[in-house]
Amino acid sequence: MEVIAINNVYKTYVESEIEVKAVRGVSLRFQQGEFAAIVGPSGSGKTTLLNLLGGLDTPTAGEITIGGTHIHQLKPSKLIDFRRDNIGFVFQSYNLIPVLTAKENIEFIMQLQKRAKKERDQRSLELLEAVGLADRVNARPAKLSGGQQQRVAVARALASKPKFILADEPTANLDSVSTEKLLDIMEKLNREENITFIFSTHDTRVMKKARRVITLEDGLVLSDVIK
Amino acid sequence: MILKNAWRNIWRNKRRTLITASSVFFAVFFALLMRSVQLGTLYKMVDDTVDAYSGAVQVHAKGYWDEKTVNNSFLRDALMESKIFELVNVRAVVPRFESFALASSGPKTKGVMVIGIDPDVENAFSGIAKRVRLGDYLTDNEQAVLLGADLADYLGLQINDTVVLLGQGYQGVSAAGKYQIKGLVKFPNPKINKAMLFIPIGQAQMLYGAENRLTSLNIGLHNNLLSIHLSNKIKQNTNLEMYEIMPWEEMMVEFVQMIKTKNVSSTFMLALLYIIVGFGVLGTIIMMVSERMREFGILVAMGMKKRLLALIVIMETVLIGFLGLIAGAISSLPIIWYYAHNPIRIEGEMGQMYEEFGVEPVIKFMMEPTVFFNQTYVVLLIVLVSVIYPIAKIASINPVKAMRMN
Ligand SMILES: Nc1ncnc2c1ncn2[C@@H]1O[C@H](COP(=O)(O)OP(=O)(O)OP(=O)(O)O)[C@@H](O)[C@H]1O
Ligand SMILES: [Mg+2]
Repeated sequence: MEVIAINNVYKTYVESEIEVKAVRGVSLRFQQGEFAAIVGPSGSGKTTLLNLLGGLDTPTAGEITIGGTHIHQLKPSKLIDFRRDNIGFVFQSYNLIPVLTAKENIEFIMQLQKRAKKERDQRSLELLEAVGLADRVNARPAKLSGGQQQRVAVARALASKPKFILADEPTANLDSVSTEKLLDIMEKLNREENITFIFSTHDTRVMKKARRVITLEDGLVLSDVIK
Repeated sequence: MILKNAWRNIWRNKRRTLITASSVFFAVFFALLMRSVQLGTLYKMVDDTVDAYSGAVQVHAKGYWDEKTVNNSFLRDALMESKIFELVNVRAVVPRFESFALASSGPKTKGVMVIGIDPDVENAFSGIAKRVRLGDYLTDNEQAVLLGADLADYLGLQINDTVVLLGQGYQGVSAAGKYQIKGLVKFPNPKINKAMLFIPIGQAQMLYGAENRLTSLNIGLHNNLLSIHLSNKIKQNTNLEMYEIMPWEEMMVEFVQMIKTKNVSSTFMLALLYIIVGFGVLGTIIMMVSERMREFGILVAMGMKKRLLALIVIMETVLIGFLGLIAGAISSLPIIWYYAHNPIRIEGEMGQMYEEFGVEPVIKFMMEPTVFFNQTYVVLLIVLVSVIYPIAKIASINPVKAMRMN
């Protein structure tokens, strides 16, 4: 089943009269259950592409549909709701709300969706269990290691039952053990629950785990390899 | 959820929150004490005069206030008195016949105010009987007087001595009489002690040849702050061609002026204080917002509505402001309460200055809810103004840009 379609998308930034063509005509399709890495040198447009895909940024040209919805035709507040209900985000750093505990961070997004307390409790505990943090339920982010924080972030991204998860260099700040662990968890969720992951990375070990590797250079798709 | 998040957020930087809340606290604390002592002392003066003597509203024959002579007196009207007595908030309707006279003890003579009173009604109104320091209070229509203690000193008179009164009566008749001194009175208001003489109203009317006439009806109220309202009510049922109805605000003009002047100067001072505090709060909010733009960006990216985010930040500001407000109110309340019930007596030169002004030398705090509410409004205003910045900032958040910031 096709979840995401990117059709000939361009993104040009203009900053102090200098044009930066961050994405220059990218077309890609993603199916349900993919485990795809976007790789490429620094400045090649990985973050820009993920932001466009997540509806955080608007393309200069081209269109993106998610489950048939043209996301950039949505009104701003509808787009926010759309993100909340369909897309899970994991960012490179500073992902969690510092004043909330691990469990509250996960519950929080379900609260935004107005889910019942009982359901929130159950699901947040399940997700913490799934990312191997059942014993850190009530810890605040400052009390968690970077790797643990990213695992909470993955759990939180899953909480809203999104169609797919976008992760921009989720392992960039992690040591190799934590990186391994996070990837194992992501892979397991992908395998067992058929959750779609699209993530960018510089890390060759991360690339090796991906079942599809899309290489960007200068805002263009250089190669798209499905293993 | 909003409250919980806001509450935890404000404690992320404990020191900053405490400093900001304390600045609100000190402003509120100071403002409350200052306002309640100012208004308390001023209204204490009003209450003293009004409840002990003048009444909060007076009814005169038209023209009496400008020309206080016995010729501007009016015939007593029992129906009018009972109608006024029926009105809400009225606790006493006190008939008076007042005029000037020369009081003489033989060797010494002094101009005095002769106050003709109904002994029972007057006592019910002002508790004047308690003010008798020596001798006894008046009964009915006996031919006797009470003298202000200082006046008696001046004239060299004691109780049971005789005082002679000389004056001009109604429509030009001459007024003269001899009265036994039944008692000496001492009021908190030194003016009364120095120049007043109380006499049963029938005796006063006889002395001035003004049978059954009054110079004023003095109306005592339960709440003197409602005097204007009541005087308007009386006016509705009164022939204003014949009578004039005056609340104390019209009779004590210099007092009202004093209250106004104090209000203006303290409002100015407090405004300055609150502006400084307001900038402090605003500074805190600006700092807090700029530190958290990245976090805000992530929240919006994740699907948090900007409206909700703004609400949390507003709640944080409200919490900080009201923390200070409540702390300020709570800690000043016992002080205000104490000094509202135990006024501070002013001694020495300062006290004498008060006495010369004709008021009891006392500092009193006022515990009126309005004093508290006013501070609440000001703090609310500060919060509302400070919150504009984060709201504008949040409304214009672009998550991509916010997340690129570090
Ligand atoms: N908001 C922006 N305003 C202006 N230029 C931008 C903006 N975002 C990205 N760019 C530029 O667009 C180009 C692509 O940036 P992007 O962040 O997508 O690269 P990236 O592949 O994620 O790089 P990295 O591996 O360093 O994260 C870069 O030249 C960058 O400077
Ligand atoms: Mg990037």
